Amino acid sequence: MFGYLTHRILVMIPTLIAISLITFVIIQLPPGDYLTTLVMEMQSRGETIDQGRLAMLRETYGLDRPLAEQYLYWLFGMLRGDFGYSFEYELPVTEVVGDRLWLTAIVSFATILFIWAVSFPIAIYSATHQYSAGDYALTFLGFLGLATPSFLLALVLLYFANVWFGTSIGGLMDPRYVDAPWSLDKVLSVLEHLWIPVIVIGTAGTAAMIRRLRANLLDELHKPYVVTARAKGLSPRRVLWKYPLRMALNPFVSDIGNLLPQIVSGAAIVSVVMSLPTTGPMLLQALRSQDMYLAGSFLMFLAVLTVVGVFLSDLALALLDPRIRLTGGTTR
Amino acid sequence: MSGPLPHTVSAAPWTPEAEERLTPEQERHFMASQWRLMWWKLKRHRLAVLSGAVLLLLYASTLVSEVLAPYALDSRHSHFIHAPPQTVHLFHEGRFVGPFVYGYDYRLDLETLTRVYTPNPAEVQPIRFFCRGDSYAFWGLVEADLHLACPAPGGTLFLLGTDRLGRDLLSRIIYGTRISLTVGLFGIIISFVLGIVIGGVAGYYGGWIDNVIQRLIEIIRSFPELPLWMALSAALPVTWNPLFIYFGITLILGLLDWTGLARAVRSKLLALREEDYCTAARLMGASPSRIIGRHLLPGFTSHLIASATLSVPSMILGETALSFLGLGLRPPITSWGVLLAEAQNINVVALYPWLMLPVVPVIVTVLAFNFLGDGLRDAADPYR
Repeated sequence: MFGYLTHRILVMIPTLIAISLITFVIIQLPPGDYLTTLVMEMQSRGETIDQGRLAMLRETYGLDRPLAEQYLYWLFGMLRGDFGYSFEYELPVTEVVGDRLWLTAIVSFATILFIWAVSFPIAIYSATHQYSAGDYALTFLGFLGLATPSFLLALVLLYFANVWFGTSIGGLMDPRYVDAPWSLDKVLSVLEHLWIPVIVIGTAGTAAMIRRLRANLLDELHKPYVVTARAKGLSPRRVLWKYPLRMALNPFVSDIGNLLPQIVSGAAIVSVVMSLPTTGPMLLQALRSQDMYLAGSFLMFLAVLTVVGVFLSDLALALLDPRIRLTGGTTR
Repeated sequence: MSGPLPHTVSAAPWTPEAEERLTPEQERHFMASQWRLMWWKLKRHRLAVLSGAVLLLLYASTLVSEVLAPYALDSRHSHFIHAPPQTVHLFHEGRFVGPFVYGYDYRLDLETLTRVYTPNPAEVQPIRFFCRGDSYAFWGLVEADLHLACPAPGGTLFLLGTDRLGRDLLSRIIYGTRISLTVGLFGIIISFVLGIVIGGVAGYYGGWIDNVIQRLIEIIRSFPELPLWMALSAALPVTWNPLFIYFGITLILGLLDWTGLARAVRSKLLALREEDYCTAARLMGASPSRIIGRHLLPGFTSHLIASATLSVPSMILGETALSFLGLGLRPPITSWGVLLAEAQNINVVALYPWLMLPVVPVIVTVLAFNFLGDGLRDAADPYR
């Protein structure tokens, strides 16, 4: 187990470095930098910009140095917890970001819980009642969930939540709590608003999870040991719970690796539509205005969130499944 | 001694092949090519066949979008802004008149400041078929004005309503089909080529090359797709011509999608390269590219096509999402995502719900690709 753990951690480090490199390349891709955008904007407004000030800005932000140096500066800055400077807000990135990272993590985590809670009973029902009307209906619903663009679902749900329950439109909490310190009421307000994004983001993942779990469970249910257990006279419920279900549960944990990037992706667009105070809308804005440190930090954070999430799920899987623990994860 | 002895062996003529002769049915089955077998199996999967037919129809429609659409892509009707869909009727006051719509009466509701359109039962506007309407350049080349259906002279035909500039939504959806469907197709071609080449190299050579490629795939997969797509398409210069942007977007969609395919190719190749026929080819001096392309790949092309079919939907949804965010395709290029970008705020749901209709073809296409892909996968699997 210890060997497996160190191996996984050692693999994670080069992965993270590669991710930071890719992120840096991507945010450098657009021609020009934030200052050229700024100059263009000011020119379109008919203002002129002082060349001296421009040169000074360029020097302060290190935009005139070679790219490799800029990259290393950025990388080591992040290790020290300094994520650079947001040009647009004229504040350090850490201050601009604020609660957003946590809220993103909370939304993602709540979505995973939702996916588990919903797909578990449905998949069991579908597998044990294969080819029944209920199975077909649920399968079709699942497909529909996969096919509907999440942003549209978000809009429609938002509208009906407002009409039926009077939930305020957009945001993760009632407007009056936005700047308030954290209190019980604020938490309740967040919970009241959280369910829409969670359902919307989780729909596609839930559909995929149901299909995986159902297929796995069906495979297990046709194995000889199930026949044996039944022949021994165990009740159907006991047969199901004792063995096949436990075997089929693997994707619940192992699929997080596939689910997390999907959830984070979904959250990005849904939060733009619903103007959630998470990373999505700000990332979009930062990308548009080439606010490179801000955009880079968000991309980096989302990637790290997924890498760490996958790592945790691998650990949990290794704890659950001795086959993985003993062979170093090659059997998956 | 008279005559031959009675013999236990039948004197009737005997041909050894007769015993092994197959019924015509069996023969057909045994002699059929791999693709034919797959087709027979697929035919039994009704939903997959139906989905295939729907997709064929949709793709066929992109060949003649201009003719199918009642209006040209950008014809504006300033008197019919945000007009709701018109319903087609067949009977007027109990009398059969063929398909027609009632003309709209327009009034501005001064209390809510919304436009109100009411069908005027006196104004019967029969729909004309195979008629001359808005002129267009067919495929951007030939000037023409033939349409499948047009409004009555002086009338309107907004079967799915109009948008904020008074453009007919149905026509725009039909034009959007051309773009949305081909985005997925070009994207999948790119990811197919990348997946086969990279996966092929990894699987055939193995060793450290395989290791490096595997790590690369892991890294790419650990990025959440949409933010990466967003970042890459934000990098496309604003000054580019929309057609370039279109190809840029397909490239971006394809660039991130090949990993799954590469993994499938790799694992198959790892297993197949140890087969005797592969060793034989190698000993005869075949080059690696020939062995991969000529001997190994054909063994599981059907499987690859099935998995490619299953990843088209994610590209179509990806394009829709990007265009919705304003980072994807830009007008005048019109795709379903560009149309949905109009439905960006909640007022639309409340006031002009028909602007969300472009989602219907998105859902239908994605579902059809999923069902067809499932069917193909089952059909390509020799053990089912």
